[in-house]
Amino acid sequence: MSDTHAQTAAFQASFVREEMVAASPPPARDRGVVKWLRENLFSSWLNVILTVLGLLAIWWIASHVFPWMLRGIWVADSLSECREIRNERYGEGVGAACWAVLTERWNQLMFGFYPQDLYWRPVAGVAFFVAALMPILFSRLPRWTLWFSAAAPFVAFWLIWGGTIWAPVVVAGGFALGALAYVALSNVNQIAATLAAIVVPVLFWLFAAGPLIGALQSAIPLAIEFVPSDDIGGFLLAVIIGFSAIILSLPLGILLALGRRSDLFIISKVSVAFIETIRGVPLIVWLFTASLLLNYFMPPGTNFDLMLRVIIMVTLFASAYIAEVVRGGLAALPKGQYEGADSLGLDYWQSMRLVILPQALKISIPGIVNTFIGLFKDTTLVVFIGLLDPIGLSNAIRATTAWNGIYWELFIFIGLLFFVCCFAMSRYSMYLERKLAREHR
Amino acid sequence: MKKTVLLGTVAGLAAGGALAQNSSTLEQVRDRGNLICGVTTGLTGFSAPDANGEWQGFDVDLCRAIAAATLGDPNAADFVTTTGQTRFSALASGEIDVLTRNTTWTYSRDNDLDFEFAGVNYYDGQGFMVPAELGVTSALDLDGATVCIQTGTTTELNLADFFRANNISYEPVPIETNAEAQQQYLAGACDVYTTDASGLAATRATFENADEHVILPEIISKEPLGPAVRHGDPVWGDIVRWTLNALVTAEELGITSANVMDLAAEAGDNPEVNRLLGTEGELPEMLGLESDAFANAIAAVGNYGEIFERNIGESTPIGLARGLNALYTEGGLQYAPPFR
Repeated sequence: MSDTHAQTAAFQASFVREEMVAASPPPARDRGVVKWLRENLFSSWLNVILTVLGLLAIWWIASHVFPWMLRGIWVADSLSECREIRNERYGEGVGAACWAVLTERWNQLMFGFYPQDLYWRPVAGVAFFVAALMPILFSRLPRWTLWFSAAAPFVAFWLIWGGTIWAPVVVAGGFALGALAYVALSNVNQIAATLAAIVVPVLFWLFAAGPLIGALQSAIPLAIEFVPSDDIGGFLLAVIIGFSAIILSLPLGILLALGRRSDLFIISKVSVAFIETIRGVPLIVWLFTASLLLNYFMPPGTNFDLMLRVIIMVTLFASAYIAEVVRGGLAALPKGQYEGADSLGLDYWQSMRLVILPQALKISIPGIVNTFIGLFKDTTLVVFIGLLDPIGLSNAIRATTAWNGIYWELFIFIGLLFFVCCFAMSRYSMYLERKLAREHR
Repeated sequence: MKKTVLLGTVAGLAAGGALAQNSSTLEQVRDRGNLICGVTTGLTGFSAPDANGEWQGFDVDLCRAIAAATLGDPNAADFVTTTGQTRFSALASGEIDVLTRNTTWTYSRDNDLDFEFAGVNYYDGQGFMVPAELGVTSALDLDGATVCIQTGTTTELNLADFFRANNISYEPVPIETNAEAQQQYLAGACDVYTTDASGLAATRATFENADEHVILPEIISKEPLGPAVRHGDPVWGDIVRWTLNALVTAEELGITSANVMDLAAEAGDNPEVNRLLGTEGELPEMLGLESDAFANAIAAVGNYGEIFERNIGESTPIGLARGLNALYTEGGLQYAPPFR
């Protein structure tokens, strides 16, 4: 021990570092790209093998697909002409896409059989509709622009289908009448007002609308060429069915969700029965019902527009799913929220509108958008009832002698169209979630 | 775009429904101003839209002929696309006036489904296509083969019958559409593709190496394809039947789309030509049609032979021979009763 002390005492500090050593960079293998690669791709032998296999797979697919795509031939009148051009350019047997089918049939894939000189109408209609959706989607826009949103369905309808302008105007008038009836009666009795808001427009549409449209049209003729639903096809058809069903199914779904949680016996049981029936049967069955069965129930000769039937069925189907998603949101709210709303003296609708639904819907956004994306893609199922959506048209295009035997080009293009729309919806929902996130600010 | 359609249509239902009832199909077509035909969503050579959205094909031309006969205008034909599942209900419910959709005339469709087949515009039969490298020369060699087969068609039933009758086994690969079948067959998912011989020829014509595939000689079924109408309106059925007969007779008598207008201008030497074209006698009037109804039909689409050649004949990529569909005078089955 004493030795040690002696040594310590004898130790003369000849050098003491007074400042910190400058931090040296981490070893090469622990920084930058190398570190990321080591951690994420080559962290163990298994991962090394998987990475190599993955890279090989990507290389294999890319080296087959990209040359095929890039060699693509854009101008030709038929598949055989495409093959001739390819043989000339690249030699026989070389894979080359024949995008010419898209350039030649672009209009058909987009609009179906819509009259060619009127293409501006669906373009304008859909553009106006999308523009008018903006005030709903983005709350930063001035609120008066919501009037455009309210008018959009009618304007888009008129532009796409045409006919007399008085039809959409009079139908819109029905909504106005309903609102008037509600305002007039709401001071007298709330239930009577709600009933009147539903019954008055329906009666108006059933009995007064037809003659009124005729009278207005003969007084002030204002009409553009009528385009029947049969002529509408391609991506336009998918957009019309998808958008209509999305927009109609949301309010219906919310009502069903509220109905299912209602204390009123009949309302809750009817909602449950509706949701479970619709949800328990595949969409394709409902589509067949729309196209086949409904025809037998109606008097012969009645021509109940097939597209309309499909929109109704898809809407009902989607609303059942939305109802369950929204119910999930409602169930996630603590009971205190309901009681708090009640203690403020709010009636049922006020508490729903001001307290419950804003929170429940916010929780439900991912589920709702998920349902919408599924619904939009499900519109391709109408091919089975003979409507010419993009998939149906791809069959019809293949049936011509010019393009028989072409597959991938059409399906890749259709897939791309749907991907763009669905991806946009998905990004919007993430934006909305971020904007509405209150908890972690 | 949304509720407006719903309510507008509901409002229009009552009025429209009342009008349409209790009138014959011909009256409905005339009131409407157009003829609605059910066609397939796409079958090469039989019906397909071109780049301008005009429907073309063998079945489509028959529909245009009927439109020309009833309304005087081949372009007054509207086409509703139907699938194998929806075609019969579309006809039964009145959504379409006539089904011109490569539909096989069978006993049960005629009687059980309450339709009326108005003749046969194409005699088809089910055949087999196999890759040449298999070395198969007869369908009887197909024991144990995997067979691509479209579901919900008569071909599916014929296939089962044929293999059972010959006591050989097969493994079906069910597929939904002809396009899918082509891909599956080319990808080797099945050894054999079977469908109507006309469809096989059309499919084979699109292959890059058509020589590597052979169509076997056996035709295992009768597939008389023809236009169908609803039971209960015999006059309308007769109109469709005799329009088809007129096209066949026109070929027999040498009337073509080129010379029909000259021949119809005034009565000529051949009394049957005169009766057909309405310059003598009152045959079309018996059906409630204009006297030049059949002349219009022939002028619009040509005679049966012209329709055949233009859409599926040997000059087209499909390249079908007339075979059973030649006139009876040339050894075929197309035989129209006399216009008398």
